[in-house]
Amino acid sequence: MIEAFAFVPALLILALAVYTTVAREAFAATVGFIAYGLLLTLAWVQLGGVDVALTESAIGGGLTGHLLVRAAARLRTTEAAAAAARPPRSTRFPAAILAAAVSVALALAVLALPDPAPTLASAVVANIGSTGVGNPITAVLMAFRAMDTLLEATVLLLALIGVWSLAPDRAWGGHPGPRYNADPDGVLAFIARVLPPIGIIVGVYVFWVGADAPGGKFQGATIVAAMWLLVLMAGLADTPPVSRRLVRAALVAGPLVFIAIGFAGAAFAGAFLAYPDGWSKPLIVVVEFALMPSLALTLGLIMAGAPERPQAPEVAG
Amino acid sequence: MNAPTVFGLLAALLVGVGLYGFIVNPQPLRKILAFNVIGSGVFLMFGAIARRGAAYGLGGDPVPQALLITGIVVAFSATALAVTVLLRLFDETGTATLASETDARAPATEPAAATAPPGAEKAPG
Repeated sequence: MIEAFAFVPALLILALAVYTTVAREAFAATVGFIAYGLLLTLAWVQLGGVDVALTESAIGGGLTGHLLVRAAARLRTTEAAAAAARPPRSTRFPAAILAAAVSVALALAVLALPDPAPTLASAVVANIGSTGVGNPITAVLMAFRAMDTLLEATVLLLALIGVWSLAPDRAWGGHPGPRYNADPDGVLAFIARVLPPIGIIVGVYVFWVGADAPGGKFQGATIVAAMWLLVLMAGLADTPPVSRRLVRAALVAGPLVFIAIGFAGAAFAGAFLAYPDGWSKPLIVVVEFALMPSLALTLGLIMAGAPERPQAPEVAG
Repeated sequence: MNAPTVFGLLAALLVGVGLYGFIVNPQPLRKILAFNVIGSGVFLMFGAIARRGAAYGLGGDPVPQALLITGIVVAFSATALAVTVLLRLFDETGTATLASETDARAPATEPAAATAPPGAEKAPG
């Protein structure tokens, strides 16, 4: 019974991975990748990682897929030339052998994993009481391995700086991405009006429930960012110019609060990012509340892309 | 065969498929896509290992699972940066290829409509 539930998604996932690799058109391949990401969430649920499943569907499938589909649509004119440059058999054959060898080596490693599997579950269960949160993964992310989460938020910020720095000179400081023009009475505009109130509540719920159940700030922030992207694509709003101070302040506020609490831990609890006894839960809540809006804005702006249009003169100043 | 083994073996295959696509697909966008397939295979293998560490009523070892969430977010950051670099290359040159300058021009002369003329996407001024 269990095997059937594992085998069927596994075969579908493999088939879609092959499809995204061999599909002739880049656009078809990216669409296949989104379906692939969504099916992977089934694998994650099977593997008991509901938090990871939420992240995979929101970020791995959703945001990454959206990014790639949009890029494929924009690069469509280059498709024919790229298809002509298909590598010869002398490249494909060794590549296939190399890929097969890597797969076989990894498969053997999987089959040779030690049988009483090493686990840190006991350490997490033993210490989760001191953090005040009920979801062991949130406890790891916010207490036991808080440094990873801080660096993760920083990586997102660095990626955004990287994306912005790819703006052409004439658009520097301007609005990211194209200005979308959708039919104001069309289906997209309608959905972009109806869905965000629901989506924002779902996003905030996923964020809030993360303390005790699967969920968390990254997943919640992605849902909120997706709602913003929907409004942008329906042409109902425009991205803010990246030179606006308020935008930049909102982007760094979350990581700064996190770092400040980290240094406070160094002063009062003996280590960077340590929480004093009895203060874990309130401090974790403060960090999460500070990070969530910053993350949502960072994710949304990364998706919006590099500034493309100069700031309108009447907005300047 | 239990679920961690099935998905662990699937992960091994996904890394192989992704690696093959990464090598043979000439388009940068397809390489980014293949990079993500490799990445998801690595994540899935890590997830299978996390599942094997399930104990004390938890669905899996929570430490690798938390690291996976971090990993997925970091992979997204890298992908977003790569896609933006690619789009900027396209905006500047009208092509999206990793071939060197001379290689890139050679096929473009044969099918005239295959590539947009360089600079066509640039706004005037």
